[in-house]
Amino acid sequence: MRRTETILAIGGAALLVLLAFLAPWLRFVLTIALAKGIAVLGILLLLRAGQVSFGHALYLAFGAYVVAFLAPSSPEALILMPVAMLLSGALGLVVGLFVSRYREIFFGMLNLAISMVFYSLLEKLYHYTKGTDGIRVGVPRFLGMVLERDDFEWAMFATALLLALAIGFFVRLYLASPMGQALSAIKTRETRLEFMGLPARGVLLSAYVLSTLMGGLAGAIIALTTRHVTPLLGYWTVSGELVFIAILGGAGAALGPFLGAVTFELVRVYAAASFADAWQAILGLVLMGVILFFSRGLWGMVESLARKRA
Amino acid sequence: MTTSSSLSRRSVLAGAATSGSLLMAGSGAEAQPAKPAELKIGITTFLSGPASVFGVPAKQAAEMLTDQINAAGGIGGVPIRPIFVDEGPGTEHLVGEFRRLVQSEGVHVVFASISSGSCLACTPLSDELRKTTVLWDCGTQRIFEEGNHPFAFRTQGYGTPEVLAPLLYLLKHKPDFRSIAVINQDYAWGRDSWELWKAGMDAMKPGVRVVAELFPRFNSTDFSTEITRLLALRPDVILSTSWGGELVTLVRQASERRLMERSLMVLPVAEASMPSLGRNMPAGHIIGSRGDHWINHPRPRDKASLDRFTAAYQARFNQPSIYPCHHMAQALSALQAAYNKAIAAKGGGWPNDQELAAAFRGLTFDTPTATITIREDGQGLEDQIVGLSSFSSAYPYAVPEKMMLYPAAGISAPVGQKSVDWLKTLRAGMENTAGSAI
Repeated sequence: MRRTETILAIGGAALLVLLAFLAPWLRFVLTIALAKGIAVLGILLLLRAGQVSFGHALYLAFGAYVVAFLAPSSPEALILMPVAMLLSGALGLVVGLFVSRYREIFFGMLNLAISMVFYSLLEKLYHYTKGTDGIRVGVPRFLGMVLERDDFEWAMFATALLLALAIGFFVRLYLASPMGQALSAIKTRETRLEFMGLPARGVLLSAYVLSTLMGGLAGAIIALTTRHVTPLLGYWTVSGELVFIAILGGAGAALGPFLGAVTFELVRVYAAASFADAWQAILGLVLMGVILFFSRGLWGMVESLARKRA
Repeated sequence: MTTSSSLSRRSVLAGAATSGSLLMAGSGAEAQPAKPAELKIGITTFLSGPASVFGVPAKQAAEMLTDQINAAGGIGGVPIRPIFVDEGPGTEHLVGEFRRLVQSEGVHVVFASISSGSCLACTPLSDELRKTTVLWDCGTQRIFEEGNHPFAFRTQGYGTPEVLAPLLYLLKHKPDFRSIAVINQDYAWGRDSWELWKAGMDAMKPGVRVVAELFPRFNSTDFSTEITRLLALRPDVILSTSWGGELVTLVRQASERRLMERSLMVLPVAEASMPSLGRNMPAGHIIGSRGDHWINHPRPRDKASLDRFTAAYQARFNQPSIYPCHHMAQALSALQAAYNKAIAAKGGGWPNDQELAAAFRGLTFDTPTATITIREDGQGLEDQIVGLSSFSSAYPYAVPEKMMLYPAAGISAPVGQKSVDWLKTLRAGMENTAGSAI
């Protein structure tokens, strides 16, 4: 299965490049999908520990607003992204120290509460954040070069794709490592983990901080791609969307989130294009179908296909 | 990172299908284009969410008007086809849809957005994609005051005149008011409109006491605490730029508790909510309509045309044509005028994107009630009519009486000036010179 995964990852990446080449407007949609996939990888880490965060849009929005605030003074995409990621990780550490004491519904709800506080701040601190109208992000430089819109979109797409591959690979390693295995132990029996001498809180906290790093990075990519940041990015529906993508894609492997994110975005775009009035219903029905008939998500579907063939 | 095999087949098909139309759109943009088989207009509007009270009527108006225009031979002999896009899911989705409209559907022009946030996101995109974009309804003053947008044009008024006109009306109607309270929705328009109002009020009538600045949560359904506070504070005037269902709720709850008997309300965006309020709207309060297109306009430029539009809309959709319908009609009227101008300038040839944009600058076009000129910065000059709510036998809801018409040029910030800075330069007495009774 591990080899299949690698082959699928490379094949999928090639396919995305081909798609982006054939239909330039899809390049934008796919960049967003890849960014969301990166954020959902973080959700996946927490899901391994049996914890669902309903507030990870906080880190998405935080990363995006870091970009929006810093872009005028340092308009370099390759600096903005790691800065947004690290600051988001720092915020994640502070929040994580607190929420990692809680489990299950309390963990989920506390995350939700904190993310909604941040959302309200973005709306209320009108003179700094420009409220719901949001902040415009100018075209930043890339590697010091001033790029045309088309080239910049390609650069962002390529960056997102490479980061997705790299982070996907890292998550696979992490999940196979003792730290990753300990995450599953939190889900099955946390007490035993403690008896083995591993601090459950530390294990969860490190996964949480990793997930916030990914969330912040995803937010930065989204901000640099849409180039207009609004508080809506931090709303609870976006958090729900991330959890949903995780379930849709399947939590079994690092490929799942990207499978889910690309599917979600494409279904949404095509539903919106074909039925401007009723696209929500179409999206809902498609997603319900996937959940009902493939309970392990799209990745589960791929797995069973591969097993049949083997 | 990857997609499943079944998905990839579908996606490749989709990609292949879109790339064909895309190539055509790309090659037609800069070169000398041939007359297209149809003129595609991408229209972004709210089809879901609370602002769909504006978005859906506007969409209906667009459908009705495109039918009428096509029945009369289209624009320059080319039939038009609107492609609607939902603004509801937010900016990130909308900017993707904007790209899809331009790069995949190959639209000739985009009508962008009700929400100011959407307009702020779409306008720079119009610069980059070099696609003429008509800002058909959004009101933020930030668009043309914070940047130069060669392909964007607004075919209606904007926040500054829409707030200043009711303020001038208030200064004339009740010059001795001493205290004011504001209750606006807590989002950009609610905050912006109060900032504009306060700048103008402090300049023209210094010393008015602001007794309360209330910004209840956006989409609130309960204003009882705010109303209690306003009842206790007894301000002479209460300003609210709220709209849609929220304004209906606010007025219902306020009039039930007799707040509107104590204080004079100023409601600059009232018109669209009047039909839903019906007789629940108290008479004698200041109401505006983001323009001059009141259904009972006493002397419109073309009365037959106004009556035809309102009657046809009422007959087809069984609803009154509220202001977004008029804004949509203005955008389509401007588009017709711009194409006619560009085609004439080219000696009958079909204009490319640059030539179409050039035609919009300085364009004057007709509306049923007046004519609108687009300034050199892209901002349209739409007159404002404000009046007092009143009832007659002609309409089952409140319409204005004692109307004042404010010509747009006098109440808009001049080109190159920021609205708030300009409003601070206004002086007392403007209320007597800026408008005239009609």
